[in-house]
Amino acid sequence: MKWEPVIGIEVHVELDTDSKMFCGCQVSFGDPPNTHVCPVCLALPGSLPVPNRKAIEKIIQLGLALNCRINPGSVFHRKSYYYADLPKNYQISQFDVPVCLDGWLDVESDESRFRVGIERVHMEEDTGKSVHVGEGGRIHSAAETLVDFNRAGTPLVEVVSRPDLRSAADARTYAQELRAVVVETGVSDARMERGSIRFDANVSIRPEESLKLGVKVEIKNMNSFRSLEKAIRSEIERQTALVTAGERVVMETRHWDEDAEVTHGMRTKEGSSDYRYFTEPDLAPMVFDSSWVDEARSLLPELPALRRDRYRGMGVRPAAARVLASSDPQLRSLFEEAVESGADPVAAGNWVTGEVTASLRRREVSLEGLPLRGEQIAALTRMVSEGLVSAGAAREVLEGVIDGEGSPSEVATRRNLLQLSDRTALQQVVEEVMAANPEAVERYRSGERKVRGFLVGQVMRSTSGRADPRAVNEILSARL
Amino acid sequence: MPSGPHSITSAGAALRSGEKTSVELLAAVMSRAEMTESELHCYLNLDREGAMAAAHRADRELGRGQDRGPLHGIPVAVKDNMCTRGLETTCSSKILAGYRPPYDATAVARLREAGAVIVGKTNLDEFAMGSSTENSAYGPTRNPWDTGRVPGGSSGGSAAAVAAGSAIAALGSDTGGSIRQPASLCGVVGLKPTYGLVSRYGLVAFASSLDQIGPLTRTVRDAALLLSAVAGHDPADATSYAGQAPDFAGSLDRGVDGLRLGVVKELGGQGYQPEVSETTEEMLNMLEARGAEVMEVSLPLFDVALSAYYLIAPAECSANLARFDGIRYGLSIKGPTASATMGETRAEGFGPEVIRRILLGTYALSAGYFDAFYGQAQKVRSLLLNEFYEAYGKVDVLVSPTSPTTAFRLGERTQDPLAMYMSDICTIPSNLSGHPAISVPTGLDSQKLPIGFQIMAPALGEEIMLAVAAEVERLAGFDALPPPALAPPPGVPL
Repeated sequence: MKWEPVIGIEVHVELDTDSKMFCGCQVSFGDPPNTHVCPVCLALPGSLPVPNRKAIEKIIQLGLALNCRINPGSVFHRKSYYYADLPKNYQISQFDVPVCLDGWLDVESDESRFRVGIERVHMEEDTGKSVHVGEGGRIHSAAETLVDFNRAGTPLVEVVSRPDLRSAADARTYAQELRAVVVETGVSDARMERGSIRFDANVSIRPEESLKLGVKVEIKNMNSFRSLEKAIRSEIERQTALVTAGERVVMETRHWDEDAEVTHGMRTKEGSSDYRYFTEPDLAPMVFDSSWVDEARSLLPELPALRRDRYRGMGVRPAAARVLASSDPQLRSLFEEAVESGADPVAAGNWVTGEVTASLRRREVSLEGLPLRGEQIAALTRMVSEGLVSAGAAREVLEGVIDGEGSPSEVATRRNLLQLSDRTALQQVVEEVMAANPEAVERYRSGERKVRGFLVGQVMRSTSGRADPRAVNEILSARL
Repeated sequence: MPSGPHSITSAGAALRSGEKTSVELLAAVMSRAEMTESELHCYLNLDREGAMAAAHRADRELGRGQDRGPLHGIPVAVKDNMCTRGLETTCSSKILAGYRPPYDATAVARLREAGAVIVGKTNLDEFAMGSSTENSAYGPTRNPWDTGRVPGGSSGGSAAAVAAGSAIAALGSDTGGSIRQPASLCGVVGLKPTYGLVSRYGLVAFASSLDQIGPLTRTVRDAALLLSAVAGHDPADATSYAGQAPDFAGSLDRGVDGLRLGVVKELGGQGYQPEVSETTEEMLNMLEARGAEVMEVSLPLFDVALSAYYLIAPAECSANLARFDGIRYGLSIKGPTASATMGETRAEGFGPEVIRRILLGTYALSAGYFDAFYGQAQKVRSLLLNEFYEAYGKVDVLVSPTSPTTAFRLGERTQDPLAMYMSDICTIPSNLSGHPAISVPTGLDSQKLPIGFQIMAPALGEEIMLAVAAEVERLAGFDALPPPALAPPPGVPL
């Protein structure tokens, strides 16, 4: 029997607000433990939450970007569970009336284009961080556990997809697209290494022709797109092996082990968890004015999917358009400025997503602070198309520009990279090469056509590769 | 206008005439406390130093003409479930023994801004859960009228302190009657304001949608003055009323002429002490004679309000009290794991009534039971609100006894939680509706125990409610004091 995976993704995004969700403490990362805390986020007796308006504005922006319906009113709930890093031992979250409902996201990869349904986008608060210290350093072997409440109360948005994904690769593409939207709308910098965006996956399998959903397993702890894809793939394999062997998949939560590249079942809780949701009595229901929502909609930035189409419409290769559309804004404006300065969009797209990106990666830097400008990319593409520099030399010109050596033509001149397309000069070189290799000339003339390549090579060599190959060929043809 | 021996009004007049200083007022209150505390146990903690410093400051300020208003220089007690910066705040629970909050509750901060002198923290049923102050982990408070009897609760310490003169006025909190019922049992005035009128920030939550801070005082005017000092919008409480607070003391002399008083049919009859019913009846006759239109009004859901309350309040408390886990503050009994620490701390730190309510609430919110219990209770709550709206279409205020009986004996109801819960049958509906209500003493029963009269009003109807309360006070002419050993001698310390 063939088995079809059914995957849904839950994404947690920490919002980029100045202050926490329900108090005035600064949202921070990496500061000394428990330095951004107050009676509210420490859940001291008597303290009360006050919602952060900016965070609500941001979740609405994200919901609109994900084509969601914004509930005219929304309610906070308490989700109860006991954990040392959850100060109130309940999390203020949302239950049956989330801020945003029923949206979708159009996703595209090399292989496919598809739409993923968004069930809901809701607002909640983050927990503190448990730090297990001493001995094994893991929860079961640590000597003690310390809690840092700096993160407690950071505004957190949860985006829940519908179970519309059918492969680990698609799940990864969806996650990447979602991250791009999150960054684009400015709701979060979504830095995976800081945990400011986190992915959980719900995976089940079913017989291919079946419409009934299988038993779902939640997998957690994936800290990169790569590990998200790997974890889902491994989970699909595990479940398939189980059912193939006649066993059953159990509903549980499993942890992805990055080193071993397998998922481990977490200690099962006694019975299923019951969060005892009820309306948060400390907070009044929220009411969203429709004209305000319409205004927020009109202020939405251009989103990756639309931008992708626009770039493609400009002629940019599909793969480059896709990369560019969700790349970081600096890279994108480099491309846009290049086109504005007259660069061919196809060439500019290739340069920015190709050589420029590769060079930045090699140097391990971002564009910020570098002297590279769109007009320079435009100049570079023009020099290539006009035959002033070879493709290889152009790469070196780019490096020179990034190194701050000046404009592309200045770099090409200084580094002696300009192509020799001056006919008289090239004629001279060709004459010299022919004189130095009479034997080869003779063999060519007697019909051995492949010797021509050798002669071109000799010309290129004596010009240190700067000769314009087209011109060399023309002159050679005439002389031979 | 009646003005008890220790009213804010009379003490304020003495301060401004130079007859008394704030330090002298405080000394008198402290000496009352010294005389009565061993018997009554109104206070968990008397802040002698802090209070003396505040009284000196008040005298200096008043001396140079800097007048902060009616509360300036007045010794006021605060129920021990309101945070006081640096001053132990326990909620009468072992789980918070020794806990010193780093901040003042908004109501406390406003008292300080108004120049009030905070005498100390008064006893209560643990986390305000109870109707007799017997659920305090630090021992019960006794009723100054009869020390074999309870003062009511949960604000029993505040009510008894005002009755005994060891405070001129006090703040309490009322979740199901915790201000009004002890006021009734101790013969003082107790007012629960409209939900949201007084900030809950810094009030250790019992049931967030029901809790409200309010005054316990000797006179209706004092209640209005103390309420004015603490009421008003607070950005730190998202449920705080954003509009302008009414002028509470402005309507005290209005009288009841032309007002329509609805006598709640469901709050009387069987189960009510006959003397309580008779006194209520007499008061209604007098009010009618003063021009009020008295009619009977039926609110059938009052009969199930108690049941709804005992699902909603425990449900909210089960989450509100989850934070007391031994991890960050208060009692901490270290176990081998974090979850063992939490479990052991809670088992040791909470008293039986608190545990009972946490269990009730956890059960009421559990999957599979939610709809039948919590969900159903919320429906009753909104239907009850509709009944109130309908009633207030016909009458200006609703009236009833505050408590079905006068003060009961210590231990009389501790073994029977349901009998104890019945003590709040008259007061709970106003908490569920979020409406204001007040208890005014109207007389004594044959055993010389005070009887209270309750006036309920629609949301933000404090002015009309206080107008009726002031009339009741005038008509009752209630100037009785507890037996001499425990009551302040009339006219002293003024």
